[in-house]
Amino acid sequence: MALDRKIAYINLSTGKIDIKPIPLDVRRKFLGGRGLDAYLLLNHSKKGCDPLGPANPLIVSGGILTATCASATARTHVMAKSPLTGLLGSCNMGGFFAPEMAWAGFHHLVIKGKAKKPSYIYIHNGEIEIRDAKNIWGKTTTDAQWAIRDELNDQEVKSLVCGPAGENLVAFANVMTGIKNAGGRTGMGAVMGSKNLKAVACRGTMDIKIAHPVEALEYNKRFIDQITSAKVNKTQGTLGTPFIWGATNSWGGVRTRNFQYNQCEYADDIEPEVIDDICEDTMGPYHMSGCFGCQVHCRAQYRIPSGPLKGKYEEGPEYTSQGAFGGETDTPRAETVLVGNHLVDQYGMDNLETGSLISWAMELYEEGIISSKDTDGLDLRFGNDEAVLEMIERICFRKGKVADAIANGGIPASKTFGKNSFDYLIQVKGMSNLHSDERATPGLALNIATASRGSDHLRSRPAIDLYHLPEAVLRKIYSSPIPYEGPLSSEHTEYIGKPWQVFWQENCYMGVDCLGICKYHTTFLGATLPNFEDWPKVLYFNTGLEFTPEELWEISERCNMVERLFNLREGLTRDDLEKGDMINHRYFDEPTRRGAPDVVGTTIDREKFTKMIDEFYEHKGLDKKGKPKAKTLKRLGLTNEPSKML
Amino acid sequence: MEQKDKVLMINPEKCTGCRLCELVCAVKHDGSSNPARSRIRVMKWEMDGVYIPMACQQCQDAPCMGVCPANAISRNDDLNRIEVDYDKCIGCRSCVAVCPFGAMGFNSIDKKVFKCDLCDGDPQCVRFCEVQCVEYVDADDQAILKKQEAAKKLHAKSHKVALKDA
Repeated sequence: MALDRKIAYINLSTGKIDIKPIPLDVRRKFLGGRGLDAYLLLNHSKKGCDPLGPANPLIVSGGILTATCASATARTHVMAKSPLTGLLGSCNMGGFFAPEMAWAGFHHLVIKGKAKKPSYIYIHNGEIEIRDAKNIWGKTTTDAQWAIRDELNDQEVKSLVCGPAGENLVAFANVMTGIKNAGGRTGMGAVMGSKNLKAVACRGTMDIKIAHPVEALEYNKRFIDQITSAKVNKTQGTLGTPFIWGATNSWGGVRTRNFQYNQCEYADDIEPEVIDDICEDTMGPYHMSGCFGCQVHCRAQYRIPSGPLKGKYEEGPEYTSQGAFGGETDTPRAETVLVGNHLVDQYGMDNLETGSLISWAMELYEEGIISSKDTDGLDLRFGNDEAVLEMIERICFRKGKVADAIANGGIPASKTFGKNSFDYLIQVKGMSNLHSDERATPGLALNIATASRGSDHLRSRPAIDLYHLPEAVLRKIYSSPIPYEGPLSSEHTEYIGKPWQVFWQENCYMGVDCLGICKYHTTFLGATLPNFEDWPKVLYFNTGLEFTPEELWEISERCNMVERLFNLREGLTRDDLEKGDMINHRYFDEPTRRGAPDVVGTTIDREKFTKMIDEFYEHKGLDKKGKPKAKTLKRLGLTNEPSKML
Repeated sequence: MEQKDKVLMINPEKCTGCRLCELVCAVKHDGSSNPARSRIRVMKWEMDGVYIPMACQQCQDAPCMGVCPANAISRNDDLNRIEVDYDKCIGCRSCVAVCPFGAMGFNSIDKKVFKCDLCDGDPQCVRFCEVQCVEYVDADDQAILKKQEAAKKLHAKSHKVALKDA
């Protein structure tokens, strides 16, 4: 049964390992995955703990449905206090790691302490061992994974690793599994590095008994048919996430030259069709791959077409890499994007944060805030492809003043660079924004301002807002499972109703993250995809647990509130530019210069933005300062946190 | 088309490596999610992006059948498959050792050998494989379908134009 999967507490300082069951009442409150991680983080960390210190717990998990007969239950979640933001550290990734961990007997790991020497954790059919990583430390993310397989003499082992960037404590080092599946954001790789932990390796052959296998199989087929019939997923399955590049860029939603423009010129050069043409010679006509159990198969495969790394196999690039190494830095050339994507994957570094901070440094360089003396002669102007690739390497290995400062994250770097460098930094809560430009989309601006892990598009983005769906359709989606009678607008440039949409999406995404399912299988990019109404059946057939859609909604609300409680404990204050629900002044002050007629010339209206935040807080049951009201905590059963149930 | 003429046809080039076939196979046969119980397994060379699903070929002159000291393995012509009679099987795993495809498995939980039974004519791996990497086709057509694929590739190579399926 999925429900008999255990939680393990592993102390790397003492070598002590405690294995415990996960009680049913905890499941009913937090389900699993990200939601239960948040509960564990709040309960197992102390206020103000050093993100890179031994007391910061690193939590690794699968969802409650991981590896069951439900569609795409591949997701691994990792949580800790973030070395990048000092707030919630949280990342989610596909691949095959979490299912293997579930077959090895575990749903959650809480890793504390610091190993005396480089180590890795090996989990095999209910048993856990801390092993010497002397032959693996220093290796790239893929070399490390293959070395672990060779050492254990088992090619089926799945590992979650940090790369050289994590070992070097780069504040946005990620955790990786496979070739390119990355738990990219908030620097969880650096937390691994700080613990001398190179990897967690899993291998399991333990049954996960399905509660109602015949029904689970049939419902899974229906679920998959619904998911693969959505046009958005068919397109993802041939082009990957880069399919949105052209459309987003043409209306003016891609920030370029850090934040100077909202549209990339010569964007066609990095369109997925162009990259596909390059790939077809090396990879053949079928070059998409999938995560565990997923029929969307959005991950492209390629070999680097030319240059010193010619022939190296890689996967992607995602939409994020197009923006990070093409759009933001104004280097929209296929080879730069393909090589940049490969380097960050090998080094174990968040592509989004890396590209965003490089483009920020480029603007500072052109503005004269940092000089060629600071960059050791590197010409850090926009459009310099070699400089982008060189910076990736320098950041990973902390070479030179500028790269070393950036490796500490945007806000600490702005303190090193001084002057008004902070004003140019496109971040929320210390985490850089995607290359998206939200000046014409107030709903999306509200999303990045209030997302629990900092500026982020995967925590509450009402992406379907861009489709201009009829109001009746929006109402159908957003009035379930909880009735909503307030205003809604089909217009993406409007402020009306957006706080409810962001609140709804926040709960929807928390839901899939607790289940362990990919967001492409819910109301993210496709308006017709399953959500609260469908999940109770999947849960029942696979685990035997009964929930109503309203109960699942409440669990999502509760888990989001736990993340909020953690952030408030660690210093979140509403309007603080470094730790608050606030966006950079440029959103309010600098009108967009390019894009569609209803986009060009727009800014975010400060007064309306403030009202949106008020309304969003109201929906969440927070007061004007962003703190939960007593009655909200009571309603969600969170009055006594930390409650130490686990 | 009768089942007695049908075979599993795998085109590894199309495989996305998702392993859904392994999941549904185990759930269908044993009610559990566990690749160790799956009759079909995807072998991977991740550093080259190569994924190759492996399953029983239901051989005409099946080595497993020949080697079995208990005569527990036989061919069922109606279902066009090789079957294990568990009343006769002694669990010696000689069939596992001799199979050239590694398609005969041994389940260390139940202590039994196991192999593909084509789900009695409705193979779940085929039903769930959206990219049609695993197909269930008439044995006579298998070579024709392969010829078509190969011809398309030759044409694309020489004319630089891909032929579309009708």
